[in-house]
Amino acid sequence: MSTQIESLTASPGSPKRKVSPLQYPAVVWQFIRRWPVIPVGILATLVFLAVFADFVATHDPNDQNLRSNLARPAWDNDYYENDRVGSKIETRHLLGADKFGRDVFSRVVFGTRVSLSVALVSMISGTILGAWAGIMTGYYGGLFDELMTRFVDVWNALPFLLIALVVSITVGQSVTVMIVLLIMLTWVGLVRNVRAEVLSLKTRDYIAASRIAGASDLRIMYKHIMPGITNLLLVLASLRVGGLILTAASLSFLGIGIPSRIPSWGAMISDGRDTLDEAWWISFFPGLGIFLTVMSMNFLGDWIRDRTDPRLRQLQD
Amino acid sequence: MTSTVSTSEKVGESSGARGQDVDRTTPLLSVRDLQVHFPLKRGFIVQREVARVKAVDGVSFDIYPGETLGLVGESGSGKTTAAKAVVQLNKPGNGSVKFEGQELVGLSTSAMRPVRRKMGMVFQDPYGSLNPRMRAGDIVGEPLKVHGLADTKEAYREQVASLMTTVGLSPAMAERYPNEFSGGQRQRLGVARAIAARPSLLILDESVSALDVSIQAQILNLLQDLQEKYNLAYLFIAHDLSVVRHISHRVAVMYLGKIVETADAKDLYERPLHPYTQALLSAIPTPNPVHERSRERIILRGDLPSPLAPPPGCSFSTRCPIATDICSQTVPELKTLAPNQQAACHLATSV
Repeated sequence: MSTQIESLTASPGSPKRKVSPLQYPAVVWQFIRRWPVIPVGILATLVFLAVFADFVATHDPNDQNLRSNLARPAWDNDYYENDRVGSKIETRHLLGADKFGRDVFSRVVFGTRVSLSVALVSMISGTILGAWAGIMTGYYGGLFDELMTRFVDVWNALPFLLIALVVSITVGQSVTVMIVLLIMLTWVGLVRNVRAEVLSLKTRDYIAASRIAGASDLRIMYKHIMPGITNLLLVLASLRVGGLILTAASLSFLGIGIPSRIPSWGAMISDGRDTLDEAWWISFFPGLGIFLTVMSMNFLGDWIRDRTDPRLRQLQD
Repeated sequence: MTSTVSTSEKVGESSGARGQDVDRTTPLLSVRDLQVHFPLKRGFIVQREVARVKAVDGVSFDIYPGETLGLVGESGSGKTTAAKAVVQLNKPGNGSVKFEGQELVGLSTSAMRPVRRKMGMVFQDPYGSLNPRMRAGDIVGEPLKVHGLADTKEAYREQVASLMTTVGLSPAMAERYPNEFSGGQRQRLGVARAIAARPSLLILDESVSALDVSIQAQILNLLQDLQEKYNLAYLFIAHDLSVVRHISHRVAVMYLGKIVETADAKDLYERPLHPYTQALLSAIPTPNPVHERSRERIILRGDLPSPLAPPPGCSFSTRCPIATDICSQTVPELKTLAPNQQAACHLATSV
């Protein structure tokens, strides 16, 4: 065990401890086991795509070109130049094109931007809202706690999809509405967890000591309660992002999420549904994006949870 | 600092705390008929009270500046609840707590804040009483920040450093987190935090109970040094009677939420008047094996009765070896039976 750890910390080729080239795969494997390299790598790539979508994309995501209608992915298709006099030079569609001849690769890249930012914004806002409600109910207790807990119970019992349907039909579809819907879905799940943690923190002696010292409720919440629940929030939030992306995709798939003119993964899967038997690539690549994001977020969340749990951390080290 | 006192020496040592005699003219803290009742509630949304736990039921005592009052009693007798009620952590249901002549019961949180500056508390558990996510310096300096006692960052750092030195820690340790300290060091941090705002009263809630005997002695000596230096008054809660004897000027014995006997430390240990005190004192082991074997012990049967349903009459009557009929009928009042010594027992006679 100890040699394993030393071989991890010693960089290959360092004068103190020589790692033979035969051991490189083992060292790399240990590193991958220990750190979330793959999820972080995937997420970093996706974030890069989202930020630099304008430069990465080969086409305008909404540019329709009927001559590319259902064009096959580049490796499976012979693209041609000037098949007809006066026509444009056909650019290759890396991942094919959909029924309107829109480039799938460019749409997936721009869809990354939309899907990630929607998930991120709704996760952060939902976490803040849920943490606030949890701290308030746990810290003050009493009637507010009673009402809030019952409210959360009722809220959890509401059929979310139906409400989302009604809202997007009456209010109209937009990214903002979508984010609000996702926040409404996500914050309630945090309240109970945060409340339970705050209830346990509240009885600690150091909170009593702070109160005896004359600290105000606000100071106690900010200085003692908040730092105590950051780990919990981090774990909860990272584990929830995956679910949020899936929900956002489901809503878009049902046609009640992000408006169809904005490329988003869920809507693209929905677009490809009719032609699934002849043009699998239209739905497959946005689906792959969802799969990779959700999987990476879940792995990363698991890793954060394990690292922040002192008992598990000791086992690992 | 005096040499380390081991427990064996403490038992043999004469009672009473170090230092000059306490000036008993005006009390610093005056508690009268303090009651803390916890209602047991049942019901959905609309709750009704089904029973009442009388954790503290009519406790009165005075603490004078520079004095140590030892509060002893077995687990569940209400010592900690009483202490928390004194600093208004538990809202007392009834009674009066006067600190420097000011009534604290019913004060609002904001009106209480200036008073809090003059009180500190050291807890039993040196692990649970320090926020694991704060640096030692910030823990010690929290009262300074709350009360705005340091104008500049520089002054704040200096005060924290001097506090750390006062309790025998290196100022360089201010950057560390609590988990990097030992139990005794952590308790020193707790003491430093308690004295940070220069209080006149410290509540020591079993502050040495969780420590090793040798560390206990160090902390006790530290407390006594601080008492001499700052003329601090202590409310010292413990169940270790020899420790209480070592540090206290006066001792109050609690049983089931009531004080059953109070006296000067020396008198109480030499001449206990209440049968419960006698039983408690007989349980102190002596370090002399010959004496230990021949020592007469009063063994109490049973447990502390439930404070939900205290026995009628004297609350100790169910376990008292000398109880008679009157004990289960009328509640005994605290009577002065000797100078500075009061006991709540029908059968105790004045000396």
